[in-house]
Amino acid sequence: MTLRQPEASEIIRQTAVDLAVKIKSRELSAVEVTRAHLDRIDEIDGEIHAFLYVDQERALASASRVDAKITAGEAVGPLAGVPLALKDILTYAGAPTTCGSKILEGWLPPYDATVTRRLLDHDMVILGKTNLDEFAMGSSTENSAFGPTRNPWDTSRIPGGSGGGSSAAVAAYEAPLAIGTDTGGSIRQPAAVTGTVGVKPTYGGSSRYGLVALASSLDQPGPCARTVLDAALLHQIIAGHDPCDSTSIDQPVPDVVRAARSADVSGMKIGVVRELGGEGYAPGVEQRFGEAVELLASLGAEIIEVSCPHFVYALPAYYLILPAECSSNLAKFDAMRYGLRVGDDGVASAEQVMAMTREAGFGAEVKRRIIIGTYALSSGYYEAYYGQAQKVRTLISRDFDNAFSQADVLISPSTPITAFKIGEKVNDPLAMYMNDLCTIPSNLAGNASGSFPVGLAAEDGLPVGLQVMAPPLADDRVYRVGAALEAALESAWGGPLLDRLPELGSVR
Amino acid sequence: MTVLPYEEALAAYDPVLGLEVHVELNTVSKMFCGCSTAFGAEPNTQVCAVCLGLPGSLPVLNAKAVESAIRIGLALNCTIAEWCRFARKNYFYPDMPKNYQISQYDEPIAYDGWTEVVLDEQVYRIGIERAHMEEDTGKSLHVGGLTGRIHGADYSLLDYNRSGVPLIEIVTKPIEGTGAKAPQVARAYVTMLRDLLQALGVSDVRMEQGSLRCDANVSLRPVGTSPFGTRTETKNVNSLRSVERAVRYEITRQAAVLTGSGRVIQETRHWHEDSGITTPGRSKETAEDYRYFPEPDLVPIAPSREWVEELRATLPEPPAAKLNRVSAEWGFTDLEMRDVISAGAVNAIEATVAAGASPQSARKWWLTEIARRANEAGVDLENVGVTPQQVAEIQALVENGTINDKLARQVFEGVIAGEGSPAEVVAARGLAIVSDEGALAAAVDEAINANPDVVDKIKSGKVQAAGALIGSVMKQMRGQADAARVREMILEKIG
Repeated sequence: MTLRQPEASEIIRQTAVDLAVKIKSRELSAVEVTRAHLDRIDEIDGEIHAFLYVDQERALASASRVDAKITAGEAVGPLAGVPLALKDILTYAGAPTTCGSKILEGWLPPYDATVTRRLLDHDMVILGKTNLDEFAMGSSTENSAFGPTRNPWDTSRIPGGSGGGSSAAVAAYEAPLAIGTDTGGSIRQPAAVTGTVGVKPTYGGSSRYGLVALASSLDQPGPCARTVLDAALLHQIIAGHDPCDSTSIDQPVPDVVRAARSADVSGMKIGVVRELGGEGYAPGVEQRFGEAVELLASLGAEIIEVSCPHFVYALPAYYLILPAECSSNLAKFDAMRYGLRVGDDGVASAEQVMAMTREAGFGAEVKRRIIIGTYALSSGYYEAYYGQAQKVRTLISRDFDNAFSQADVLISPSTPITAFKIGEKVNDPLAMYMNDLCTIPSNLAGNASGSFPVGLAAEDGLPVGLQVMAPPLADDRVYRVGAALEAALESAWGGPLLDRLPELGSVR
Repeated sequence: MTVLPYEEALAAYDPVLGLEVHVELNTVSKMFCGCSTAFGAEPNTQVCAVCLGLPGSLPVLNAKAVESAIRIGLALNCTIAEWCRFARKNYFYPDMPKNYQISQYDEPIAYDGWTEVVLDEQVYRIGIERAHMEEDTGKSLHVGGLTGRIHGADYSLLDYNRSGVPLIEIVTKPIEGTGAKAPQVARAYVTMLRDLLQALGVSDVRMEQGSLRCDANVSLRPVGTSPFGTRTETKNVNSLRSVERAVRYEITRQAAVLTGSGRVIQETRHWHEDSGITTPGRSKETAEDYRYFPEPDLVPIAPSREWVEELRATLPEPPAAKLNRVSAEWGFTDLEMRDVISAGAVNAIEATVAAGASPQSARKWWLTEIARRANEAGVDLENVGVTPQQVAEIQALVENGTINDKLARQVFEGVIAGEGSPAEVVAARGLAIVSDEGALAAAVDEAINANPDVVDKIKSGKVQAAGALIGSVMKQMRGQADAARVREMILEKIG
């Protein structure tokens, strides 16, 4: 099957901000825009498998309501009528939430996540739910119980993870925008390997209410988009204090939209993190990153090198804290109240049914992390593992504090390598974990961080991402740097990177 | 089950107690969501995504629960933490929807306090280890099987209305040196705590509804030694008298084990109210590892010192001071006061006096009529089914001559049977004393005519013989007459 590239004039190629303007001016109807994306999904998602669930009926109904509001002259949100995709780990009442797991089979959440509610309250149209690694554990979507998503740049390769479905949907023009969640890089790493934009807000910047928890102290929902401004507009809509999430920050949302529009880095001090580069980094990644650093300097930024010596311990610390929290968070999946139930023959005890269900319902990676986490929290081991990891976490935060005392933002490659082949690393969890080497420190410290496309690696022609890290509540700086890069690169390239996306399914 | 006679047990062993009391707070909403905490609703009608632990839901702390926790801590002379956190206690059980309980572990909100209980005019100082906040679990109803417990049940029903109700767990330090009084001290402590919590207004403190629950830890050591013996933790102790009985039973059981050169097993035991024994629950030696860690969904609690001081100003008077005060106000003798305290009737009498009864009459009813019924039913005084207000009403009926003490007992019976207010019971049962002089005179005449020998005795100066005639009249009047007036009439007639 050969899938065509859309023409530049087509609805699905347009940015969210352009679509919003046209819908508001009634040049396009929200229904038209929604239908175009549903058609695109219908046409190519068999190849990409970005979606686990397409909510065609409700999407068209809500689009039609938006059109009616606009016709009636009612006030609507800034992205009214713009469709988007929701990572299938956030609840949307009435649509199945699977978290990419068999264990939630048949569960229809009775409530909306705060992020979902804000999207709907801002008149946005939810197309459906996107694929992910089971309970967001993975860097490739290969851990999804429903099969992997494929990278639109090369369908034999992974789209990153855990939010590969959201990023692939955006890259493949199935949706102009998507919501991701980022625990160790699950928004940024997929963005990097699909040539799209993804931002993890400051921890507490957007609500976790209705986000099925992987690791509560690390999880954070954020925007996925093709352009920096689109991401900022979505960020502005979903972010802000939520009384239902005790860890959400009761502070004004940084003005990320203005920052994305200003795109000005002149006079900014940008720190290159010494520890995030060198051995293990693909030459094409290092090359594109190096060029981007030079470009930022040419735009008037002052580039310095900073050292964050404890970042080398981030990965081991993360792989104790995350499993510890997830072993507890995933305990609720016990077959007693919802989801899968295995072995309930009227003879087996509740305990046996719980055990059989968890055995059948969870995949290998989930079990691996539950076992590691249970062990790390066990009496007699707690201090050596969980306790020690928390100390490392503090040291990493101090590294950031120290670095941010020298620089306004820090930058690094988003990932050490470009998209790898599906199946290449499934039997090597440690190699898989290395994908998040650059992104994990910001989850441990809770600061804002985003990934932006900076070109294709020479050796494989696959996208490379640059990561921008800013202090907590300085999310706007991430967008300022991202937008400056985007403007300069697109003018050098003569258009967006995604213009070079090959025809889907026709090659390789 | 072998037990040693209590006196023998105490001659050889010295009991050490540790009491863990769970108090359900009477906040309007649950600890981490807005659901109602009202007791007795239809199963699973007071639940939401949060207290059902649905995927994605998050807890938000109820500030009123923190306030109550701090006030309880202060009333128990505890230090209030300047900074503390919640922790997750991880274990699997179907009535706990998240399979972890949000509790506090090594950072309780209140710690290192003390309180006093008075027993037989002796003051016992009880050290308080900690008072911490946690959420209650749901309730399981195991249907079928012999024991009403999960093992052997045909199926189980789950009610999550209680899931997430705020609890405070108050843990004593080891209570030593109470000797043979250990069971009574345990009861006196829980009674004192109940009265204190009631005065604080933070809980309904209804043991029979589970809003006050006591786990009793008991260990024995040979008399004259100091290392603690192996302890057991007895659960399902649902009344004040059960506290005393369960502790006493465990002392005699453990003593029998130890004298038989056996080993007390560290375990949870289950108290059986009806048979008066404890049976083993799950063994703590194979107990689960709860894998506590700080709850990442909640932020730390840092009560300001100003707030703590504001709350300190709202505390009721300390229990010992209160006993001194009421004892003086009521004019009871030391012996009377001792009985009142050991019966756990201080608050009941106080409320009855507040409702208008005299202290002595209040004491009389609570310690005789109501105490007798409590004993018969095997319940605590407040669960007999009569309120302090009703006691005061009954006493008022006695004082205005509507009924006498003997009729009052029938009124108690009617009130407890749910026949209405005391006045309604008197009316419905026709208990009011007959003041119709005609009917009374006829009865007196009949008694005189039927007992000429008694009349002769009276005439010869043996006035005390009138009792037999009074009895005869009262019998005819079915008790509904004023005995003093009857006596007066008899003596007048015989002249």
